[in-house]
Amino acid sequence: MTPDMTVQPSETAARVHPAMVRITHWVGAAAVIAMTLSGWAIYNASPILPFVFPPSLTLGGWLGGGIAWHIASMWVLIADGAAYLAWGLASGHFRRDFLPLSARGVARDFWAALTLRLVHRLGSYNAVQRLLYVLVLAAIVLAVLSGLSIWKPVQLGWLTWLFGGYDFARRIHFALMSGIVAFLVVHVVLVALVPSTLVSMITGGRRPAEPGRA
Amino acid sequence: MVRRSDHLTQLRKLERRHLLRGGLSLGAAAMLGGCDLSTKDGVVDRVLWSMLRFNDRVQAALFDPNRLAATFRPDQITRPFKFNAYYPVSQVRKPDPDWQLEVSGLVGEDKSWSLDELRALPQDSQITRHICVEGWSQIGQWSGVPLGLFLRRIGADLRARYVGFECFDDYSSSIDMASALHPQTILALDFEGAPLTPEWGAPVRLRIPTKLGFKNPKNIAAITVTNTYPGGYWEDQGYNWFSGS
Repeated sequence: MTPDMTVQPSETAARVHPAMVRITHWVGAAAVIAMTLSGWAIYNASPILPFVFPPSLTLGGWLGGGIAWHIASMWVLIADGAAYLAWGLASGHFRRDFLPLSARGVARDFWAALTLRLVHRLGSYNAVQRLLYVLVLAAIVLAVLSGLSIWKPVQLGWLTWLFGGYDFARRIHFALMSGIVAFLVVHVVLVALVPSTLVSMITGGRRPAEPGRA
Repeated sequence: MVRRSDHLTQLRKLERRHLLRGGLSLGAAAMLGGCDLSTKDGVVDRVLWSMLRFNDRVQAALFDPNRLAATFRPDQITRPFKFNAYYPVSQVRKPDPDWQLEVSGLVGEDKSWSLDELRALPQDSQITRHICVEGWSQIGQWSGVPLGLFLRRIGADLRARYVGFECFDDYSSSIDMASALHPQTILALDFEGAPLTPEWGAPVRLRIPTKLGFKNPKNIAAITVTNTYPGGYWEDQGYNWFSGS
């Protein structure tokens, strides 16, 4: 019990990010990065595009090491993602923080951001943020599913079929990785522009008394 | 005109680049020493090895003995078919003229099988996708003796855990009994309707479309039925042992 408890009626309501969001965010971030770098090691063994990733950026040292890292971090990502999705649905986090999500809202906030008029409010996502978070979560789920479909094209043959067959599923898996990495780049740049968001994702942060002053 | 000094500058640049790259990889190795399955006692490697064993158990549980790998039409066969082994095609070894398939371990009779005897057994044919651990795949046609039928014929203990394969090109691999008894697992004698040639695994290779390509050993010399984990050429280096598709 912290002394603040006497001031704030609810500890969780005062936090920008609940502990569950912070834990699953960082575990998930580590797993996604490990999966990406080990995935590059696997890709390099048989590239589907006319380039390879710099070996010094890959994880695992060789194909066997890359696969070992990839599948090991897959279990971490699945456990982490399942916990987050179940909690997000049950706690109302998705409904509260990601909805409503409208095209008009996205267009409005995107324009505001481009003209530098978008105010960042800790603890409340603007429409562009909501869209990007929903998209990257969907991309991660689809990346896991398409990955499972190329890992188990016989036992999970129906899943491989849904992704257009073995070869097409490999391309989808690669495209989803590219999308996730693109998100990561934008995400990290924006965090660098508003460093208080990094602090709040670690400590939980405090919701400002008045919105718009953060 | 090429001047010596030009070469020297280029050489110095190259040296510097190599030094830089070497330094980077050294840094990465120092940071994560033994995280590529090369050691058995590094902390990260120990975790990775035990995760590989965990993946074996998950895949064995996921394996459905009645689920068949997709089959294809003759016009979908990949041509030319790609050669792949742990050595280049120029080092392919031919079988001895007096080659016989040795059978040992938990079997009824220790008997060697000639190619003619194998050909006299019932044969099965399949057009299936061969998926390499590297990610590429190709569709081929094989025919031969279903391994399950052969194991029953030699009086193998079907409750044994492993079937191991030793090859005369110094390759080896092993599979679980459930996969060995799968209807599409065959001791292939023919490739695309003709007897196997050495580069495709003469005189007999394993064709198992429910596993990755490296679990399909070529140029087989001996088969062992055992409860002692036999490992394999790639498996011992860190490719996942079960490697089911």
